[in-house]
Amino acid sequence: MKKMSFAKGLLQALLLLPLAAMASEAEVHLDRAPVNFQDNESLQRGAAVFVNYCLSCHSASAMRYSRMTDIGLTEPQIKDNLLYATDKPGNTMTIAMNKKEAKVWFGAAPPDLSVITRSRGADWVYTYLRSFYRDDSRPTGWNNTVFDKVGMPHVLHELQGQMVPVYKTETDHEGKTHRVIERLELAQPGKMTLAEYDGLVADLVNYMTWMGEPAKSKREHVGIAVLLFLGIFFVVAFYLKKEFWKDVH
Amino acid sequence: MDKLLAWVDARFPLTATYKAHLSEYFAPKNFNFWYYFGSLALLVLVIQILSGIFLTMHYKPDAELAFSSVEYIMRDVPWGWLIRYIHSTGASAFFLVVYLHMYRGLIYGSYRGPRELIWIFGVLIYLVLMGEAFFGYLLPWGQMSYWGAQVIVNLFSSVPFIGEDLSVWIRGDFVVSDATLNRFFAFHVIAFPLVLLGLVAVHLVALHEVGSNNPDGVEIKQNKDPVTHIPVDGIPFHPYYTVKDILGVVVFLIVFSAIVFFAPEMGGYFLEANNFIPADPLKTPPHIAPVWYFTPYYAVLRAIPPMFGSQFPGVAAMGVAVLIFFALPWLDKSPVKSIRYRGPKFKIALALFIVAFIGLGWLGIQPVTPLYTWMARILTAVYFGFFFLMPWYTKNDTHKPEPQRVTDK
Amino acid sequence: MSDMNVDKSKRRFLIVASSAVGGVAAAGTVIPFVASMLPSARALAAGAPVEVDLSKVEPGMQLTVEWRGKPVWIVNRTKEMLDLLGKHDDRLVDPASDSTSQQPEYCKNPTRSIKPQYLIAVGICTHLGCSPTYRKEIGAADLGADWPGGFFCPCHGSRFDLAARVFNGSPAPTNLVIPPHKYLSETKVLIGEDAKA
Repeated sequence: MKKMSFAKGLLQALLLLPLAAMASEAEVHLDRAPVNFQDNESLQRGAAVFVNYCLSCHSASAMRYSRMTDIGLTEPQIKDNLLYATDKPGNTMTIAMNKKEAKVWFGAAPPDLSVITRSRGADWVYTYLRSFYRDDSRPTGWNNTVFDKVGMPHVLHELQGQMVPVYKTETDHEGKTHRVIERLELAQPGKMTLAEYDGLVADLVNYMTWMGEPAKSKREHVGIAVLLFLGIFFVVAFYLKKEFWKDVH
Repeated sequence: MDKLLAWVDARFPLTATYKAHLSEYFAPKNFNFWYYFGSLALLVLVIQILSGIFLTMHYKPDAELAFSSVEYIMRDVPWGWLIRYIHSTGASAFFLVVYLHMYRGLIYGSYRGPRELIWIFGVLIYLVLMGEAFFGYLLPWGQMSYWGAQVIVNLFSSVPFIGEDLSVWIRGDFVVSDATLNRFFAFHVIAFPLVLLGLVAVHLVALHEVGSNNPDGVEIKQNKDPVTHIPVDGIPFHPYYTVKDILGVVVFLIVFSAIVFFAPEMGGYFLEANNFIPADPLKTPPHIAPVWYFTPYYAVLRAIPPMFGSQFPGVAAMGVAVLIFFALPWLDKSPVKSIRYRGPKFKIALALFIVAFIGLGWLGIQPVTPLYTWMARILTAVYFGFFFLMPWYTKNDTHKPEPQRVTDK
Repeated sequence: MSDMNVDKSKRRFLIVASSAVGGVAAAGTVIPFVASMLPSARALAAGAPVEVDLSKVEPGMQLTVEWRGKPVWIVNRTKEMLDLLGKHDDRLVDPASDSTSQQPEYCKNPTRSIKPQYLIAVGICTHLGCSPTYRKEIGAADLGADWPGGFFCPCHGSRFDLAARVFNGSPAPTNLVIPPHKYLSETKVLIGEDAKA
């Protein structure tokens, strides 16, 4: 059965290809973001953090406030708790900051965050927001282990407190030694414990991930219905084919 | 009803067309798994055209608006996310189905006489499809869209003498810009689809003229029933292959829906993470690779070193790697068509070719390292060897005699 | 291939069953495509109810605001204007606002409004969609001595009184539309939303 082995070989190769490609990518270690779209309370807390802290410099121009009805908020709630008086629930999350001025202040205009979790990944954002440390060589006084020389200051430092790096010495394959950051340590506590802060960032990232694709829950629900339906279609089509092909042979 | 049909038939060959292409089009009765992919390619074409029409209603081919109009479709347009995912998944599905369809042609010798023209139309479809996919990929105006187009258009600048002017002419600007987006949109939504439909039509007309090949490579028309003049190994396409293809369509739709609804990004292979960043002409993403279906050719391009200070040899090699498919009917000197009756040399050559094609595809996604470059060079040699050595190894191969009638399995 | 051993009823059943399932599949596919042509969230947000402060509209004056991309007039009708409204019913097509599609139930009254003082109407002629002009001067030279004040459409000459009711002999078939609206306070009105909603 030579031809079967060809078919099999081709299919196996196609299936293994993505795995091999994944395995070859080595990156900075990222913590896993605890994303859970079922947890409306977490999403709502995250939305509040996003609106209060992120939305002063970053826009999310594809995201309409009114869409938050999908995570269990009512329009009056959105209007009273998350909106400035002049905004309407139908508006998108735009900001007043001038892009050119922002570029002068931060070195780069703060990116729009509508789909940031789709480009960076939720894990990256989750780790990034927990990896700021004091670095007086930077203009903002802050640096980040995930994003070296980042232009963004540590907006949440009042909550997290100030982290400082703990260094270790590493020898590379050419015998040179480097001082690398081993971990971060809390030097000056903030309003929250580190565990509470992690929880806050988890809510925020949960919200941002949801915002990256608000249709995701609906997509999966519809998908289940479609697949169940196609399962029935398959049974009918299978017997139809079988019935007619009795004639052949 | 009969009267109406007669009225139409007197003015348009409705019944005659139905008979010629469905109820009295006789196809070999021994089609196997590999014969699903032709009808599936047609299905994907319809899916792409329909979903494309509806995307066009909301998309804006403007550098300032394109990226956000895609997000607008994903969020604000009712069911827009579904239509967009159908279209983006459909692009990959199209290539997957076409590659399997071409592989079927390779193993059963479907390109051999008298089907050379079917094959040539098919390769033309493949070429147009590549253009269609390339133009379409710019439209979301993300970082991968932008830099992918930038790199591919720059390939043309390596053409001797006219290259620079050529690439500027293609872009309509000195870099990929709003002008480029606007013309790529025109090519993607009207010019290439029209050509594609025309080519699909002639592909089918040519097929129905000579009749389908089959896994045994037997010409069923040479063995007709003396009374009815129907091929003894043929069965009417309708109802037998329509019901069979419906089954194939349902299985395909199950796989397709599973991706659309549960993994539309397909781990970054169908929708790349970097393409969720708006195009930025001043900042190249650290690692760019084409979408998976172009990567074998991209690997060939990178495998060939610049010669005489010119990138052109790599570009030419990439072009030849695609165009060589046209020559296949004349490179194959074997007396038999199907792999079932071919000797070990062809089987080994084909196996090596598949390894080379998939291997190059994988290498095309990887960052450049010296090891990978050498692997790509070896696989490129294997890729071309399959074609250029074909007259030799097919002529000297052993083969089993072809049967007179089709076999059952 | 022979017709022997063919269970015709089974075959017919399977054809009907697969046609039915296929039909459902086709219908299910059509739904999202057709629905995608409905107003998007952006269009709905742009067409959201509009809040208007009536205190800025002086007696006898007209204010035009935009709702769903259409002009909506607010006219602060004076006592004299209101008094004139009841005196030309015989010249109107639909003096009692019997055509239910042209105003919400709560505006089916002689002034076609919630508060008699304020007329709130969509300023789109019911003939072919031009926007009529506000002509409040009684007995205007070009509109005839019996003109009680109202709206005149420049496109095809339709005439409406100050309750936006159409006069006999106009090309427009019906009165102008009164949009759904509700009062949020004495001087604030929300156009585009009923009190009941």
